[in-house]
Amino acid sequence: MKQSLFSKEGQTESGPAGLLQDLSRELRACIQCGTCTGSCPNAAAMDMTPRQLWRCVLTNRIEAVFFSRTFSLCSSCYCCTLRCPRELPLTEIMARLKQISLFYGLHKEKRSDLFYHCFLDSVRRHGRIRESEFMMIFFWQMKNPWLPVQYSSLGWQLMKRGKIHLTLPVRGERILEPLFQAVERIEGGK
Amino acid sequence: MNYFYYPGCSLEGTAQEYDASTRALFAALGADLTEVEGWTCCGAGAAESVSRLLALALPARNLALIEKTGSDADLLVPCSACYLNLKKAAETVRSGSDTARKINEALSVENLSVSGKTRVRHLLDVLIRDIGPEVIHGHTVYPLSRLRVAPYYGCQCLRPYAAFDDPERPCSMSVLLTAAGARILDWRMGGICCGASQTQTKPENGIRLTAAILREAREADAIVTVCPMCQMNLAAFQAAASRMDPLVRPVPVLFLPQVLGIAMGIDASLLRLNANLSVTREFTEKLMADRVPVAYSPLRVGVNKSFPP
Ligand code: SF4
Ligand code: SF4
Repeated sequence: MKQSLFSKEGQTESGPAGLLQDLSRELRACIQCGTCTGSCPNAAAMDMTPRQLWRCVLTNRIEAVFFSRTFSLCSSCYCCTLRCPRELPLTEIMARLKQISLFYGLHKEKRSDLFYHCFLDSVRRHGRIRESEFMMIFFWQMKNPWLPVQYSSLGWQLMKRGKIHLTLPVRGERILEPLFQAVERIEGGK
Repeated sequence: MNYFYYPGCSLEGTAQEYDASTRALFAALGADLTEVEGWTCCGAGAAESVSRLLALALPARNLALIEKTGSDADLLVPCSACYLNLKKAAETVRSGSDTARKINEALSVENLSVSGKTRVRHLLDVLIRDIGPEVIHGHTVYPLSRLRVAPYYGCQCLRPYAAFDDPERPCSMSVLLTAAGARILDWRMGGICCGASQTQTKPENGIRLTAAILREAREADAIVTVCPMCQMNLAAFQAAASRMDPLVRPVPVLFLPQVLGIAMGIDASLLRLNANLSVTREFTEKLMADRVPVAYSPLRVGVNKSFPP
C-alpha cells in the first residue's frame, strides 16, 4: 500500500482537469472586479494577476493555469479572501491549486516543493518539526552548494543564540505515522 | 482563569523567548496555562500546500487530545500560524461537512475523535478581551514612556477570522502597549504580509515584502509582534533588506509578552530578551537603564471598556 501524497499513485479518475472544474464551480460568482489583485501584496511578482488567474480557471484554460507561477507566489495573507465582494474562498483556492500542481507534478517549483516535502517528512518522523534537522535535509536535497551560503548567516545567528544545533537525521518515534497513512488512504480513494 | 496552552514547534526552537515570556507573563497575571499533553505539529504552512485533509487532520489531532480530557477550558495559542490552523480545523469540524467526517475518519486510527467544541484563542485575543488594558496598566511598574514601538500584527491572527480585532485597521496591540506606557508609531504596515515562508522559498520576493515593513518602521525604537514567523523574517533578514532598500535601519523585533513583561517588572532572565536575533546589548542596557518606577497613575488613554465595540 504505497499511496503517497507526493506521487501519482492513487490518482483519481477526474485528474487535474476535473479538479479544476470543481474550482471553477466555486469561482462562478466572480465578477472580475479585481479587488483580489488590488489587495495582493505579491501581485507585482506574479506573471498573471489573481483576477486573471480566476478568469483562466473559469474558462478552463488548464495549461495557462498550471503554467503560471501565480498560485505558488501566494503567501496566504487572506487579504483577497477578506475583501472579495462575492466572499469567495480565494486563499483556499490558491492552496488547492498548489496541492493539485504538486500532486500531479504539473509545475516545477523545486525549491518550494522540497521545502514542504522536507518539512512534512520531519513532522512525520518526530511529531514536531525539528528545525535543525529539517534545514540540513533541505540543503542536502536541493543539491545546490550555494544554498547553505545563502542561509548560513541565518543558521549561524540561530546557532549562536542556541536555537538550532548541528544534527544528523534520526528515524524518530513516528507517532504521526498512523495519521499520515490514514490521510493518504482517505485522499487516495476519494 | 485557566487555559490549555499549545506552544507549537517554533516556540520550542527558534522562538523560545516567545514561549518563556508568555509563560512568565500569564504567571504574573495569575492565569494558569496547562500545556496540551502529547501535542504534535499543526502542519504550519507546509501541509496546506500539499494536502487539504492533512492540513486539517494535523491540527484536529491536538483538538481531539484536549477534548479527551473532558475540560472545557479555552485553548490559548501564541503562534499565529498554529492559531489559524487549529481554528480552521475546529470550524471545519463544527460545520459537519463531508470534510469533517473525513477528519474524524483519519483520527479514528488513533481512537481519537473531535467535535470542535474547544474555543481556539490567539494570545492577543486573550490579552485584549479576557485580561484587558486596565489590568495591564494596573500591573505596570515601569511605564515604557521612552519607547516608541511599531505594533506589527501580521496576517493570520487577523484574517480570515475577524475574531477580536478589525482585520483592516487593527488596534488591540496599540491599546495594550499604551496601557503599559509605551508610545505608538502611527503607521499603516501593522497588518501587511511579511512574506511568510517566501523569505526561504522565493527570497527575492519574500525579502521585498519584509523590507517594505522595516522601511516604514525606521522611526521606531522597536517592532512588537505576536507571530514567530513574522518575528524571524523581520529580525533575521534586516541586512538583506537594507541592501534592497537603503532606508531600512536595524531595529529590535520583540514579542508582545516580552514588552509587557518589561513594563510589569518581570525578571529579564524570564523574558529572554537576549535570545532575540535583532536585540543588541546596547538596546537591552538602555531599556533597563531607562526604567523609572512610577507610582500608579490613572490610565491616560481613552480606552473603550467594552473592547471591541
Ligand atoms: S475580488 Fe472576488 S469577485 Fe473580484 S475579481 Fe477577485 S475573485 Fe472575482
Ligand atoms: S491570500 Fe494569496 S492571493 Fe490572496 S492576497 Fe494574499 S498573497 Fe495574494
